[in-house]
Amino acid sequence: MDAMLFWVLATIAVTASLLVIAQRNPMYSVLLLIVSFAALSGLYVLLQAPFVAVIQIIIYAGAIMVLFLFVVMLLNIPTEEPTLERRWATGAGPRRFGAVLSAVLAAELYWAISSIQKTDLPAGVPETTVKDIGVRLFSEYSFAFELTSVLILVAMVGSIIIARKEPPRDHA
Amino acid sequence: MPSPETLAQLGVIGFTFFMLLNSAAVLVYMERKVAAFVQQRYGPYLVGPRGLLQPLADIIKLMFKEELRPKAADPLLFYAAPILSAIAAFAAFSVVPFGADTDFFGLLDRKIPLAPADVNVGLLVIFAVTSMGVYGIVLAGWSSNSKYSLLGGLRSSAQMISYEISYGLSFATVIMLAGSLSLGDIVDQQAGTWFGFLPKWYLFLQPVGFLIFLIAGVAETNRAPFDFPEAEQELVAGYHTEYSSMSFALFFLAEYVNMVTVSAVATDLFLGGWHGPWLPEYLGWIWFLAKVGFLLFFYIWMRWTLPRYRYDQLMEFGWKWLLPIAVINLLVTAFAVAWWGF
Repeated sequence: MDAMLFWVLATIAVTASLLVIAQRNPMYSVLLLIVSFAALSGLYVLLQAPFVAVIQIIIYAGAIMVLFLFVVMLLNIPTEEPTLERRWATGAGPRRFGAVLSAVLAAELYWAISSIQKTDLPAGVPETTVKDIGVRLFSEYSFAFELTSVLILVAMVGSIIIARKEPPRDHA
Repeated sequence: MPSPETLAQLGVIGFTFFMLLNSAAVLVYMERKVAAFVQQRYGPYLVGPRGLLQPLADIIKLMFKEELRPKAADPLLFYAAPILSAIAAFAAFSVVPFGADTDFFGLLDRKIPLAPADVNVGLLVIFAVTSMGVYGIVLAGWSSNSKYSLLGGLRSSAQMISYEISYGLSFATVIMLAGSLSLGDIVDQQAGTWFGFLPKWYLFLQPVGFLIFLIAGVAETNRAPFDFPEAEQELVAGYHTEYSSMSFALFFLAEYVNMVTVSAVATDLFLGGWHGPWLPEYLGWIWFLAKVGFLLFFYIWMRWTLPRYRYDQLMEFGWKWLLPIAVINLLVTAFAVAWWGF
């Protein structure tokens, strides 16, 4: 049963992710990404991690993708038109560079996957409660946690500064 | 052959679904009657005794209407949006218990929860599903390809994101007091009384939290005085301007089911759920229904009493008042829990 659910959810996640980049309409891309997140959250449930599963939905599908949708709607681009900026990205030089990068990525992926050792997992998965996660987050990993929050704050301040319109200067 | 417990649980799920569907019809009638009372009219009184069959007549009328779709609308998303709305509304109720665990007077070997499902991260599930509810409205606004719908959808997403944070923070205070995310556990913590007469409801420990929950709950369900997504005077009907027939009915259904869910969650979190005096435990659901019914009446009462705010007032109130109060309330609760250790 679990194995079957895994394959169903995994297929949905991979297919939806592939369709995200195959779409011309950004609205559909956003929605397919949500489908992919939902399937991932299902996989977390199969791994006995309901907390992570729900957080995945709340943060990614619930909050971040709504903002994406918001931006797409405000800009209201019906289909993605190939623009001038695209031309430099499809020249011969960038293409070769991209090919090298993807070869490196493929090699890294191969190395990473082949280096996984098959270990027998204990039959009973230890139950991770919200409390455990919270205690660990604020003791063992508190430095990383605080660092991430500073990073997000910096990103927020940065985006406000970039998006801010210059205040009209007084012509005295 | 599935075990009798599984079958009973399936029965509970089916029953909940059926009751939620009916609650929408009951609420339509209640809304019209309360509105009439507030405005000193009679309200529906022709169809059936005291107009009780009016919702049925409404449903039949909606079913026989023509399903219209604007030519420029996105066909797939236009039809998917109301369905998404309704699914999210029903799914949010799936972890809300409405009575004590029961074995149906010894018919079953072990007790089953009187809820479609009792999961240990229940509150977060409700939060996650309600945050998905915004997609139905946003997609309806976008796919209709009409400026009123789009404005309604945009407003709704901005409003729901803004008030979701305060909503979640008021959840968090109760989670800290109860030390659990399961709604069943939270309700059971509120059994009994203080000093023999004051029920141990979290309402009395968390009056500010309850108030924040109520206000944010109204904003989350897009009801007056926060019904900007469908402000009639400025946006025709907002996100569902272009909808007719059963697609429109699904939005309507979703709105009422969301109201029931918010009231039921408020009852479980702050009003002691099915606990109350005089009645034995197996009749606790009567208390639950009474409390939910009162909250629903409160929502309707508010809608017909208060005028709509201005959009900038809504945003200012949400970010500059509600959110800071919610954060301070959370901090105070955290200190109190750490100090006295509830």
